[in-house]
Amino acid sequence: MNSPIRTWRFHGGVHPADGKALSNSVPAQRAPLLERYTVAIQQNIGAPPKPVVQKGDTVKKGQLIAEPGGFVSAPVHAPTSGTVGDIVEVPGANGGAIPAIEIISDGKDEWGSGLDPIPNWKNTDREILKKRIADAGIVGMGGAAFPTHVKLSPPPEKVIDTLILNGAECEPYLTADHRLMLERTEAVLEGAAIAAKILRVDRVFLGIEENKPDAIAALNEKAGQYGVTVVPLHVRYPQGGEKQLIYALTGRSVATGGLPMDVGCVVQNVGSCAAIRDAVVEGHPLIERYTTVTGTPVANPGTWILRFGTTVEQALTFAGGVKARAAKVIMGGPMMGFAQTSLGVTVTKNSSGILLLQWKETAEYTSNPCIRCGRCVRACPMKLLPGPVSVMVESENYDEAEKNYVMDCMECGVCTFVCPAKRPLVQHFRRAKAEINAKRRAAKAKQA
Amino acid sequence: MSEEIEKNNIALPEPGSLVLSTSPHVQDGDSIARIMAKVLICLLPAVAASIWFFRFDAVRILVYCASFCIFAEYGWTLATRQAATIGDYSALVTGVILALNLPPGAPWWLCLIGSVFAIIVVKELFGGLGQNPFNPAAAARVALLVGFAGPMTQWAAPATGSLVSGATPLGAIHAVQGSADAMAQLGAPDNLMKLFLGNVGGSIGETSALAILIGGLGLMAFRLIKWQIPLAMIATIFVFTGIVHLAAPGLTPGPLYHILSGGVMIGAFFMATDMVTSPITPLGALVFGGVIGVLTCIIRIWGAYPEGVSFSIVIANALVPLIDRMCYIRPFGWHSHSVSALNIRRGEIK
Repeated sequence: MNSPIRTWRFHGGVHPADGKALSNSVPAQRAPLLERYTVAIQQNIGAPPKPVVQKGDTVKKGQLIAEPGGFVSAPVHAPTSGTVGDIVEVPGANGGAIPAIEIISDGKDEWGSGLDPIPNWKNTDREILKKRIADAGIVGMGGAAFPTHVKLSPPPEKVIDTLILNGAECEPYLTADHRLMLERTEAVLEGAAIAAKILRVDRVFLGIEENKPDAIAALNEKAGQYGVTVVPLHVRYPQGGEKQLIYALTGRSVATGGLPMDVGCVVQNVGSCAAIRDAVVEGHPLIERYTTVTGTPVANPGTWILRFGTTVEQALTFAGGVKARAAKVIMGGPMMGFAQTSLGVTVTKNSSGILLLQWKETAEYTSNPCIRCGRCVRACPMKLLPGPVSVMVESENYDEAEKNYVMDCMECGVCTFVCPAKRPLVQHFRRAKAEINAKRRAAKAKQA
Repeated sequence: MSEEIEKNNIALPEPGSLVLSTSPHVQDGDSIARIMAKVLICLLPAVAASIWFFRFDAVRILVYCASFCIFAEYGWTLATRQAATIGDYSALVTGVILALNLPPGAPWWLCLIGSVFAIIVVKELFGGLGQNPFNPAAAARVALLVGFAGPMTQWAAPATGSLVSGATPLGAIHAVQGSADAMAQLGAPDNLMKLFLGNVGGSIGETSALAILIGGLGLMAFRLIKWQIPLAMIATIFVFTGIVHLAAPGLTPGPLYHILSGGVMIGAFFMATDMVTSPITPLGALVFGGVIGVLTCIIRIWGAYPEGVSFSIVIANALVPLIDRMCYIRPFGWHSHSVSALNIRRGEIK
C-alpha cells in the first residue's frame, strides 16, 4: 500500500497468526443494559481515585462516582442511572482483588453527567478543553491506561510538533480499534483534531497496519477535513508499540529511559481520540468502550460496546458462550494480555479484548537451555540480547542484566514467541525489572 | 431497559478450569528437536554423496558414529540421573557431522573414541546442550587428528573411478609445493570440477562441495544458520589465498582450489555455524567467519598440517565471548551521549 509519507522499519518484530478474521467483519454491537455493574475504582495508571458516592445514593448515567486522586489520575463515572450499592471487591485483571463501586440499574438509563456539550470546540480555550478531557476520565485505551490529559500537558520546555494516533492494533485477534475506526471514523478524526488543537500541532499522523484496508479507506475519505494523514504500516508485531510507532512514522528514536515528548511526539490511541470527541462535543464522560470478545472457543466472536463494570462472564454470554473447551481467558491480546482464573473480572477503560484460547493454541514453557540460535536477537524490537540476558537473570545476576539494558525491555513478548528452547524469556525480564526497581527504590529511600 | 439474559443454554468456561500463566500466550511452535531434525534433513545430500563415493565404508562409519553418540548421551544422562535428552536429536546431529569428518578407513574404535569425546568431554562435561564452548564434532576431529594421526590420515580412494591416488587434494599441495606449474595444474578447471563434485580422496563427507552446498542452502532457506558465517569464512579464504597465490604462485594453488577442497565447505556450513558455539549477533558472525577463514589459510599454507578448518573452528569458538563483546548491539534508542564517553563499553559484556 502506498504511504503518503516516508516510513521507517523498526528492528525485529514477528508476525504471529493473527486470528483477526474471527471478528473483524462483525459490526460492533451495543451490549444490552445490565441490572448491576461493578465499576473498578482504579482504572488508570497513577493515583487511585476516591469514591464520592455513598451507598443508597441515586446516580444518573455519566455522573461522577469517584474523583481523581491527584494530577496523574482519572475520575470514574456511573455506567447507567440507578442506585449505588456497596463497595465490593472484584478480581482485578492483574491478579489480586480490587475495590469496585456497585451500581444497581434503575432501567431508565438517563444521562446526567453535568458536563455541557462543547460543539464549538474550535473557538474554545485550550485549557477548557483539557479540563474537559480530565473531567471525562479519559485514559490511554490501548492498554496502559495513562491519563490522557497528562499526555496533553507536556512541560513548556518540550516542543511538540507531531501528534500520532495509534491505530496499529498489532496484537493478534483484537479488532476493537479496527471496528471503531471503521464505524466511528469521524469521531476518531474529530477527537484527533481536538487533541491537535490542545497541543498546538498541525502534523497529525494516524498509523494503521495495512491489514485493515476497509478502515484505511474509510479514514482516508474523511482525514483531509480534520488535518490527519493516514499512514498504512507494515503488518508486524509490535508495530503499535509507542517507540516503534514513533520510529516508523517519523524516524525518531526515543532514547533509553526517555519519553515520546523528548522527540516532539505525543501518541494517542484511536479509542482515546473517539472518547475525547464524545467528551467535548457530546459532553459524555468515558463509560463504555469497544471490546473484542473473540477466540476459537467463542460461539459468536465479535466486538461489543461494553460499559465499564461489565464482567467477563456477562461479556461472554453476549457472545453466545463457548462452543469448545477454553484453556485460557485473557484480558487483552495473546502477546501482552493477562490470563484470568475468574470470570468475575470486569471490563475497564483499557480492556481492548477478551480472548479465549484452546489448550492446543497456548504456549508451553519448559525452559530448555539457551542454544544461542539468535532468533530473539533478530526479533527484539528494542534490539536487546534476550537470550544472554535471560541466562544472567537465571543466575540472579541482576546487576549484569541491568548493564545489558534489561530495563529497556517493554515486555512485548516476541523473544518468548520465537524461542525454540521454549524459555520464559520475558518472564525472566519482568522479574529482573521488578528486582532492579526494588533495588533502586531502596537506594533512593536510603538517600532520603 | 434491562434485559433478562438466558443463561441456561449458554456454556461458559467452568470455574477452576482456566490456566493461569503470564504473556505471551502463543508461540510460533518451533522447538530444538525440530531445528535439529531440519539440520539432519539438510545433511542428507552430504550423507548421500558420502555413500555414493565411499559405499559401505561410509554407511559403516555413519552408523557407528550416530549410534555411539546417541548411546554416549543416553548413558551420560542415565549415569547423572538427568532427564534423557536424546529426544532433541542434537546427539544424532553431532554423530552424523563427526562421521562425515572421518576418513573412509576409520576403524570402529576410532568412531567410538571420537563420539565419546564429542558427547561426554566436549558437550556434557560443560553442562550439556547450549553450554559447550566448542563445537563437539570439530573438537572431536581435532582430538582424533592429534591423538591418532595414523588412522586419521589413511586416505582411501573413493570407490568410483579416477582419484587423486591415495592422498587428499590438500596433501597434494604439500607434495608439489615450490612449483608454480604444479600449482597451476592443481587449479585447472577439470581438477576443480572433480573437487566440486567430490570425486577425490578425503573424509567421507567433505569431498563433495556440491552436496554440502545444497544442504547449506537448505540451512539458509530454513533460517537455521547465520548466513554471515559461511559467507565471511569463504570470502576470507578466497581473498587470502587469492592474494598469496598471486604473490607466490609456487606456494599455494588458486582460491577456488582451497574453497572446494578439504573441510572448508562442511566446516563453513555445518560446523562453524553451530548456534551454540558461534556469536549471537550478526556482526559477530561476520567477524567469526573471517577469523576462521584467516586461521584456515595460515594453517594450510604455512602450518605443519595440510588441513586447518577444524583447528580454526575450535580456536574461533574460544574467541566467541570476545567477539560477542566487541560486536555488542546497542538497544533501540541508545545514543552515544547517553553514557559517559570514558566508559562507553563498561559493563556491556555478556
